[in-house]
Formats: sequence, structure tokens, C-alpha cells
Amino acid sequence: MAKINWFKYSSPASFYPLAGKVVPWFAWLAAILGVVGLYVAFFEAPLKDYQQGQSYKIIFIHVPTAWMSMFIYVVMALWAAAGMVFNTRLSYMMAKALAPTGALFAFLALWTGALWGKPTWGTWWVWDARLTSELILFFLYIGFIALGSAIEDPRRAARACGLLALVGVVNVPIIYFSVLWWSTLHQPPSLKLNEATMGTSMLVGILLVTFSLWFYTIAVALVRVRGEILERERDTSWVAQLIHEGKE
Amino acid sequence: MSIGEALDMGKYSFYVWGSYGVLALCLLIEVISLRHQRRTIKQRVGRIVRVATRQENEA
Repeated sequence: MAKINWFKYSSPASFYPLAGKVVPWFAWLAAILGVVGLYVAFFEAPLKDYQQGQSYKIIFIHVPTAWMSMFIYVVMALWAAAGMVFNTRLSYMMAKALAPTGALFAFLALWTGALWGKPTWGTWWVWDARLTSELILFFLYIGFIALGSAIEDPRRAARACGLLALVGVVNVPIIYFSVLWWSTLHQPPSLKLNEATMGTSMLVGILLVTFSLWFYTIAVALVRVRGEILERERDTSWVAQLIHEGKE
Repeated sequence: MSIGEALDMGKYSFYVWGSYGVLALCLLIEVISLRHQRRTIKQRVGRIVRVATRQENEA
């Protein structure tokens, strides 16, 4: 078997066309899984919860967006770490490309949570551990983006943002375990191994929407990173060649 | 189950559709702004590269 040199794809020149080819695939996967997931959420899962009525339908987007907001941050921190260890140019670009979408999902987790909290808890917001740590996650994303755009020199920006991403990742387990460590209005984790916490159709719906958002994130982040590559490598011969061939 | 029944959120309509609506809106805005951003970058970089090539050819 031929040995694949993975570091080859850490060079922007070979990553750029590859990323361009896979974006439509991820976009289509996201769309299809999203439609199927919403179908399951509204047509297969129970019409209402015996306590919460129809408001429980918010779970099908609240849990996926909250998971994605944490997951994207971890991936971002891994890219930052990879950038520091291997000193690859692409790593920080990947972290940077993920941040806006992560911020978006953190906002949506808070938003859908507020709209779910009002009818079920009687309040839009409480300053408890789960909600507050998720809000901090949102601010960490905003801080990462702001820090990156405040530093002119790309190498220094990469270093500073990488550090922030790595330090901030400590917040993610705090969010996840907050509902177990502190008393809160928020319910415990929706998914547990070896333990049934919800009906199959609900679980399937939530997982389908999560995978849809996952592929959406990959597609969006790849488009963003391609823009960044083009911008940063505009003085190189491979970009010039792409432009002349009309393949940018 | 009819579509009407499945999508009837009763007294929770505002909360449920407020959640789904804002999610859809956010994703839509992100996709549109990314397209716009990408087009702008392509035009800018294209211009820079073409000018550089012309200068090289003239030199």
C-alpha cells in the first residue's frame, strides 16, 4: 500500500483544490441529513411531552447546537495545538475558520435555551453554572475572533489566538459537567451511555440534526479557509497560476 | 398524522418557531455573507495577480 504523506495536505497549495472539491459533498450531506432529521423531529417523534407540551420540540435544535458549540471549540483548540507543535501554516487558518461558526452555535444554544426556559422554567435566563459557562464559551469565541483581527502580523496573531484557544478549552468540560457538579434548573446530560434517557425517535432526530450541523460546519469552514489561503498566498506562483487558469 | 397536526405547536408556537426560525436565519446569513466574502476575495486577489503579471511582462 502506498504511504500517504499527510503533511502534503498541510501545505496550502495542495490543500486548496482538495478542499474545493469536497465542499459540495459536505453541503449536500448537511442538507439531506437536516431534512431527514427535521422529518423525524416533527413526524416521527411524539407530538408532545407529557409535562412540556410541544415546547419540547426545541430539544431537536437546542442539544445539537449546544454540542456543536463545545465540539467546535475543542477542534479549534486541537488545530491551535497542532499549529504550535508542527508549525504548519494551515493549522491556525483552520482554527480561525471554525471560530465564527462556533460562536454562531454558542449563540443559538443560548437563544434556543432561553426560548425553551421561558415556558418550562418560567424564566428566560438564570445565572447558574450551565448557562453562565456556555455564555463564557460564546465570549471566548468572540475574544478569539477579536484578538485575531486586532493583531496585524499573521504569525503573532496565530500564536496569541492559539494560546487563547488552548487556555479556553478548560471551559468545555466545565460546561459539560456543570449540571452534575452544581445544583441547577438545567436537566442532566441528554445522552448517557448504557442508560435510556429518551425515546429512540427523539434520539435519532437529535443525532441526525447534529450530524447535519457537523457537515454544515465542515463545508462552511472549508470555504472560509480557502478564502484565507487565497488572500495570504496571493504572492505565490501557484495562486497566480490558478488565477490565470480561472480555477480560483 | 397530518402536516397541520404535526406542525401545530399550540400555545408554544412563539417559542418553538422562534427557535427554529432564528436558527434558519443565522445559517442563511452565514452562507450568504460567506458567498459575498469569497467573491470579494477572488476579485481582489485576481486583480493583484493580474497587475503583478503585467508589470513583470513590461519589465
